[in-house]
Amino acid sequence: MAKKPDARSNVSKEELLKYYREMLLIRRFEEKAGQLYGMGLIGGFCHLYIGQEAVVVGLEAASKDGDKRITSYRDHGHMLACGMDAKGVMAELTGRIGGYSKGKGGSMHMFSKEKHFYGGHGIVGAQVPLGAGLAFADKYLGNDNVTFTYFGDGAANQGQVYETYNMAELWELPVIFVIENNQYAMGTSMKRATKSETLFGRGVAYGIPGEQVDGMDVLAVKAAGEKAVAHCRAGKGPYILEMMTYRYRGHSMSDPAKYRTREEVEKIKTEKDCIEHVRDLLTQGGLASDEELKAIDKEIKAIVNDAAEFAKESPEPPNAELWTDIYA
Amino acid sequence: MATQVLMPALSPTMEEGTLAKWLVKEGDTVKSGQILAEIETDKATMEFEAVDEGTVGKILVAEGTAGVKVNTPIAVLVEDGESVSDAPAPAAAAPVAAAPVAAESRGEPRPTAVAAPAPAPAPAAAQGWPHSDLPEGPTKTMTVREALREAMAEEMRADPTVFLMGEEVGEYQGAYKISQGLLDEFGAKRVVDTPITEMGFAGIATGASWGGLKPIVEFMTFNFAMQAIDHIINSAAKTLYMSGGQMGSPMVFRGPNGAAARVGAQHSQDYAAWYAAIPGLRVCMPYSAADAKGLLKSAIRDPNPVIFLENEILYGRSFEVPTDPEFAVPFGKASIMRAGSDVTIVSFGIGVGHALAAAETLAGEGISAEVINLRTLRPIDYDTVLASVMKTNRCVTVEEGFPVGSIGDHLASTIMQRAFDYLDAPVITCTGKDVPMPYAANLEKFALITPAEVVTAVKSVCYR
Repeated sequence: MAKKPDARSNVSKEELLKYYREMLLIRRFEEKAGQLYGMGLIGGFCHLYIGQEAVVVGLEAASKDGDKRITSYRDHGHMLACGMDAKGVMAELTGRIGGYSKGKGGSMHMFSKEKHFYGGHGIVGAQVPLGAGLAFADKYLGNDNVTFTYFGDGAANQGQVYETYNMAELWELPVIFVIENNQYAMGTSMKRATKSETLFGRGVAYGIPGEQVDGMDVLAVKAAGEKAVAHCRAGKGPYILEMMTYRYRGHSMSDPAKYRTREEVEKIKTEKDCIEHVRDLLTQGGLASDEELKAIDKEIKAIVNDAAEFAKESPEPPNAELWTDIYA
Repeated sequence: MATQVLMPALSPTMEEGTLAKWLVKEGDTVKSGQILAEIETDKATMEFEAVDEGTVGKILVAEGTAGVKVNTPIAVLVEDGESVSDAPAPAAAAPVAAAPVAAESRGEPRPTAVAAPAPAPAPAAAQGWPHSDLPEGPTKTMTVREALREAMAEEMRADPTVFLMGEEVGEYQGAYKISQGLLDEFGAKRVVDTPITEMGFAGIATGASWGGLKPIVEFMTFNFAMQAIDHIINSAAKTLYMSGGQMGSPMVFRGPNGAAARVGAQHSQDYAAWYAAIPGLRVCMPYSAADAKGLLKSAIRDPNPVIFLENEILYGRSFEVPTDPEFAVPFGKASIMRAGSDVTIVSFGIGVGHALAAAETLAGEGISAEVINLRTLRPIDYDTVLASVMKTNRCVTVEEGFPVGSIGDHLASTIMQRAFDYLDAPVITCTGKDVPMPYAANLEKFALITPAEVVTAVKSVCYR
């Protein structure tokens, strides 16, 4: 993992507070989701994003209105970061009519056409050509939107990723491939899955530029995102960002995570945590007081509690919903 | 001894071609490997090389001749001192005799080919057409291939978001020449050649459909779509539902499906029943050129993902097609190709040809068969099937696919549940055999469903 960079003096208080708020929202939301799962209110598979928050928050900061995003089943953070409503996301997790997919999609399959969030995909790697397809449409239609296509280090070994690299570069599609390298493909560490030293380096074979980024540092993520976005918007084709990150929780709620030591997890949490990093920048730089940050914590807690309340209160979809939305 | 040069088969399904141009003349000496002529198939113009050395003694078929059957002698090569009359005579005198043999080897009924002594430009045009469901108004004769091309071209002219993507669709003009000329008219932006990467481009096309476009994905064959089936089903078919109705996949996956001729187990599967099982997909399987054009236009306009199963053997067949540019065939509307009173034969795709051939044979034996062409397999027009079965009290289904979990199985179950009291005999499902497709000509013929088997099944349900 890359080293934690020094505090940057050219970042405004407002900007740092924005990242702090957004990352904290994801973390508290995910903690609440884990709690509701334990209570039996959320079923099936539930993959928490805790630890990786800086990736989506930093990249959203580099995006503009009209840009698209698509990801895997570990998708709650992406939805919150692009402005989707916490209530609608949580209600989808509980399978209620107030959810983004009326309770018919669940944790892994959620969409918001309004926010240009194209899922939420349960098949590992499938979102990669789909994301390139969104970019294909934007290029065809002649606008300057880009598509952030997120996938993990596990998906990076799927063949369709490389089929997509090949065509994306061939057709110069405005797509940013964001590899969220959290080191573990479910229980298989990257070292046990490949001899490649890096994942972004595989783009070289297709002529796609890329770089490795400290994905625990929201400012580094944003800076890299801006570079990638500029490349895409200039019509130069795709770009690969390999975000070095870490998930604190298991692969899904049912994963005891025996494949790594408690010490390893604790070390990352202590030394690299993305929220603590921004908190440090704010407090040590004298930009924000503990009271200000506490007020934000309180505000976030209220949003998450409201979302949980909504997700419990929203009714289950009526039986008639079984038969709708199969055909347009 | 003099050697006959025979009209070559230049593709698995070629039956005849046009001798476009001779590159040698009588009296010329030719070497092995030398190009003798240019031959136009329905897919392409190919150069034809000499195998043997010798002197061109006689050119038997003049350049520009269309409809020359495969294996027809087209020239005679002689060695020094020989004359043309040394060539074996019997084969040279029977150019037409080769055609029924070629047709029979695929188990395909070609009654008109046998009856017509001269090359017929549209041998299948009379089969079943016009029938009750062809709308009033003028028609023109066209092949299934031309009908598919015209449907795509018309829809691409009407809607700039419609584009075609696939292997060899552009510069090569289509592996089966369905997209011939489309690159010239619409340009490389809308006729997109892809690398050989089915899963990748099926996924890209599905994403493009979410991004506001209407992709037509051509698979060189649906056998290759197995590489892409995750995107067809998990990405395209299910997203409207999983998104609570927010975003669907308005797109078409099309290409040849089922057996062609002698291409073996990996290139011969009929996927009709597989795709028809999936909620969220529409599934079309045309038989005639009118079906092909009308259904493809509906498919491109439909806001859902459509599986469009074509057939390589049918591409070159000619049928009457309405000239009305607004002609389209709605989904879920079967066509009664032939009215009858004793038994209902339900089929789709190339099976309709078998059903019609069987019905013709049966008519000669006093059995009146009603032939239903389903045209779409999702939705299926149950009402037309049930109404017919309630009238005839007997049903035989015909399809090329495997027997287990077939469309016929599903129809038999539906008829049993909804018209049990009307049945005078069990429904018989005629299908391909439960084996991977063999290569050997005799075994392939044995594996495929034939009109003779349909006749036997009908007699069985009629207790004859």
